Amino acid sequence: MEVRVVNVRKEFERFPALHDVSLDIRSGELIALLGPSGSGKTTLLRLIAGLERPTKGAIFFGEEDASQKSIQERNVGFVFQHYALFRHMTVADNIGFGLKVRHGAARPSAQEIRRRASELLDLVQLSGLEKRYPAQLSGGQRQRVALARAMAIEPKVLLLDEPFGALDAQVRRELRRWLREIHDATGHTTVFVTHDQEEALELADRVVVMSQGRIEQVGSADEIYDTPNSPFVYSFIGESSSLPVKVDNGEIWLADRPVGLQAPHAPSGEALLYFRPHDVELLDGCSGCIAGTVAASRRVAGTRRVELEIGGERQRVEIELPVDHPAAQKSRVAFRPRRWKLFPAS
Amino acid sequence: MNTAPAKAGWRFRQPSVIPGFGLTLGFSLAYLTLIILIPLSGLVWRSAALGWTDFWAIAVDRRTLNALKISFGTAFLAAAVNVVFGTIVAWVLVRYRFPGRRIADAMVDLPFALPTAVAGIALTTLYAPNGWIGQLLMPLGIKVAYTPLGIVIALVFIGLPFVVRTVQPIMEELDREVEEAAATLGANRFQTITRVLFPGLAPAIVTGFSLAFARGVGEYGSVIFIAGNLPFKSEIAPLLIVIRLEEYNYEAATAIAAIMLALSFVMLLVVNLVQTWSRKRYG
Repeated sequence: MEVRVVNVRKEFERFPALHDVSLDIRSGELIALLGPSGSGKTTLLRLIAGLERPTKGAIFFGEEDASQKSIQERNVGFVFQHYALFRHMTVADNIGFGLKVRHGAARPSAQEIRRRASELLDLVQLSGLEKRYPAQLSGGQRQRVALARAMAIEPKVLLLDEPFGALDAQVRRELRRWLREIHDATGHTTVFVTHDQEEALELADRVVVMSQGRIEQVGSADEIYDTPNSPFVYSFIGESSSLPVKVDNGEIWLADRPVGLQAPHAPSGEALLYFRPHDVELLDGCSGCIAGTVAASRRVAGTRRVELEIGGERQRVEIELPVDHPAAQKSRVAFRPRRWKLFPAS
Repeated sequence: MNTAPAKAGWRFRQPSVIPGFGLTLGFSLAYLTLIILIPLSGLVWRSAALGWTDFWAIAVDRRTLNALKISFGTAFLAAAVNVVFGTIVAWVLVRYRFPGRRIADAMVDLPFALPTAVAGIALTTLYAPNGWIGQLLMPLGIKVAYTPLGIVIALVFIGLPFVVRTVQPIMEELDREVEEAAATLGANRFQTITRVLFPGLAPAIVTGFSLAFARGVGEYGSVIFIAGNLPFKSEIAPLLIVIRLEEYNYEAATAIAAIMLALSFVMLLVVNLVQTWSRKRYG
């Protein structure tokens, strides 16, 4: 089911949580809403579910305007960060709940409900735990049950609110791969919220980066990482360093020295230069480079991260060096970003 | 001391950062003995002096049976009424924010604080045939004061805070997300309440019920004013005990008391067992 969010605005007691957000979610897509806390990602998810009502705008499920429908009528599967399982019910009863509360002919027989529950338990790889209570399961198992419960009602859309947020790193990685497999097998249109960029980039077909109640950028992992369209996305996704520079006649200047980078289309004046710490070229001599003194150096897994102080204003930037690079404290390092982007200085 | 592996079965003591297990357990036992066990065993002792046949004669006496029936029956009814309305009051206090909420919240405790005789007199004045409420009910053929119905009303008044105050904290801990989950799964409001919320609250409601019930069974002050105290009709067991005491018939008084004690103990024990069972199940 395709979902369209059209010009949605949401205010909580006059405080705007979302400003005029529009988003098209394709049928069968696995899409991530990514942003820091307070960016409005969870609000957007809850609006799609019907747990909140938009102040303005509409949400369409296919051609139908869902914003007029109640939560119960929307038929969405929602998975909460803290599972929200019914703790007085067994695992099987939890999963069957959505079918049991149906009325009349829509309600399957008790036997059918049991069969569906055990089928879904197989799907989430928890076969044999029908009789357990949620208190007897681990966090990862509980979240699997929550997902099975959400899928039992054959939802039009599957919505997950930080589904792995409460789990430890190991279980998280495992469940991430598992969720991808389930998605590929079932083909539900799935929207999940996360503040973990690694999770979003690895798992989702498309990532929606949000900040302060607005959508900053929508795109595939490659698009988001390689061509960020704002300083926020550049610094939020992956590692980044930035330097205030000046553009003059298509040439980039740092203080009174040319950096050796050309920006023929950039307007002259103040600008911010963004680049990735690992995407730099180390230089020996310096005719057109960024040079700085090593202020701090850390070993990070297979590389060394050094912090450089640049120029008289002691701007600090981070770059990565090979582990065997002889840059010790106070020595000078010269480099030039291989890939970079200019944003107008704010 | 050796460090043999812990044996199976129940352990006497869990290691803890706060020491003083021996001291506090000893104190608790001594205190419970002094405050509860000694007076109660004195009661049983006195009634045992009566001999089995005399005891049985008092126990099956029609007046005693009627008084016990009225005491336990009205206490049960009142507790049942309080469970329904007390739970609603707790819900409103927990879930909604409205002007005067704090005052309403404080008002719930008034039956705790008010001398019960004052409550009894106030209720009698209101519900007497010429009282504010009594005169409205009179044309409908409903008599409240001086009937068992009056006793129920007095006990409802007395028992309300027990239900509200036991249910309220559990309600505050209810996770809203669980309700939202039920709604997204298609459950309507009624189903969400009966299938999701109520089972979580049930243990607290049962506790509130048993407290209100226990209090109702033992209530004296407020009831004697409104009950009219007609033997066989609206005479409660505690009053019968007082009457026997005034007749210097201490044996009969202690016998009735011992019966009440046994009945109450059995009922509270059952309630506690139900609690333990449900707690084990739902963690």
